[in-house]
Amino acid sequence: MINKIVSSTKEAVADIFDGATIHISGFGEAGSPIELIHALIDQGTKNLTIVSNNAGSGNVGLAALIENNQVKKIVCSFPRTAISVVFPELYRKGEIELELVPQGTLAERIRAAGAGIPAFFTPTSVDTPLANNKETRVFNGKTYVLEHALKADFSLVKCHAADRYGNLIYSKTARNFGPIMCMASKTSIVQAKKILEIGQIDPECVVTPGIFVKRVVEVSNPADESLLVAEKRRYPWK
Amino acid sequence: MAQKVALDIHDGAYVNLGIGIPELVADYIPEGREVIYHTENGLLGMGKVAEKGSEDFELVNAGKKYVTAIPGAAFFHHADSFAMIRGGHIDICVLGAYQVSEEGDIANWSTGDANDVPAVGGAMDLVAGVKTVFVITQHCTKTGESKIVKKCTYPLTGNNVVSRIYSNLAIIDVCDKKLFVKELAPGVTFEYLQEKTEASLFNK
Repeated sequence: MINKIVSSTKEAVADIFDGATIHISGFGEAGSPIELIHALIDQGTKNLTIVSNNAGSGNVGLAALIENNQVKKIVCSFPRTAISVVFPELYRKGEIELELVPQGTLAERIRAAGAGIPAFFTPTSVDTPLANNKETRVFNGKTYVLEHALKADFSLVKCHAADRYGNLIYSKTARNFGPIMCMASKTSIVQAKKILEIGQIDPECVVTPGIFVKRVVEVSNPADESLLVAEKRRYPWK
Repeated sequence: MAQKVALDIHDGAYVNLGIGIPELVADYIPEGREVIYHTENGLLGMGKVAEKGSEDFELVNAGKKYVTAIPGAAFFHHADSFAMIRGGHIDICVLGAYQVSEEGDIANWSTGDANDVPAVGGAMDLVAGVKTVFVITQHCTKTGESKIVKKCTYPLTGNNVVSRIYSNLAIIDVCDKKLFVKELAPGVTFEYLQEKTEASLFNK
């Protein structure tokens, strides 16, 4: 019998190892798997490379993981937000490494990794500092930059509902990087607001087919990051 | 400026509006035109900003503001969203800028200041892939320097990509790596405009 459901966030992240590369879904708070990230803080693994669109807000979720000195490097398109304090401080001190990637290139590098494509040429970033020292090639008179697939050992993803096969559906713009991160990581770990019975998700509506999912844990009442940030909460909770 | 941009957005256009001033364009679309807004975090058919009290934390725009979705909207993942952008499916994007050059180069993601945390978001993908790139900007900086320059001194977002500039002084077209003045703001003469512009301007 196939059953990808695990009973706790603690169990879900238990095998994440030192030095792992981890994809973390989310566009700001929308789709950020905050309970899985907090479980990873409790677990304590260090020297992580995190691939995520942003670098966290306030002192919870991804920002708290960085603040807890577990992150060596972040691969990111937009690490600067109004309430992002932890990352900018470490970055200015030179204590965390940043690989800045245009958002569409970030998405395509992740998608490519999941689709078995090692590299691709893109028109994005040609003649800009982000294309420095990268191979270029001209197709039909236009210049393109070579970008490489970005795979991960693990991904932490938030979705709306899942079944025991790992089929997933998402909620609105919280979908963002979730589907491609599930595809591109060896072990995709998903927190779902609801676990449904097999057959309850219409096959026409499945967004991430279960083959791309390794583990699912139910988090029925996930925290709203912006509320935690507004209340100046810190993880670990005090 | 936002009103002028809105007049140039055709019925049926798929449009991506940058964060800030470009967002105002949506308020000025003439009645009778149906325009579909794309936001790069995975929504076609973005509606107005959500009303206070009915915000949905899972429904945001590229600026992470709480928004709404219109009937007929579609959600999709990030790789599809940027396929729409890079694949040339979006008709128009409207962006702000630090500088635009006379060849249509744009700098709008970094001032190059080493103290700033660099952040690029979707800007480079938008200018590389969207069919028509409109820039909406003040003509000069707060300290009076021209933002329309011979060559961008800030780090580039893209090369030879801007179609038209809407400033508080004029509307300027970029054609064959030259700047042609399309329309002057009320009370502005061509000579005054040239005086305020580092790049060379041509009369259409």
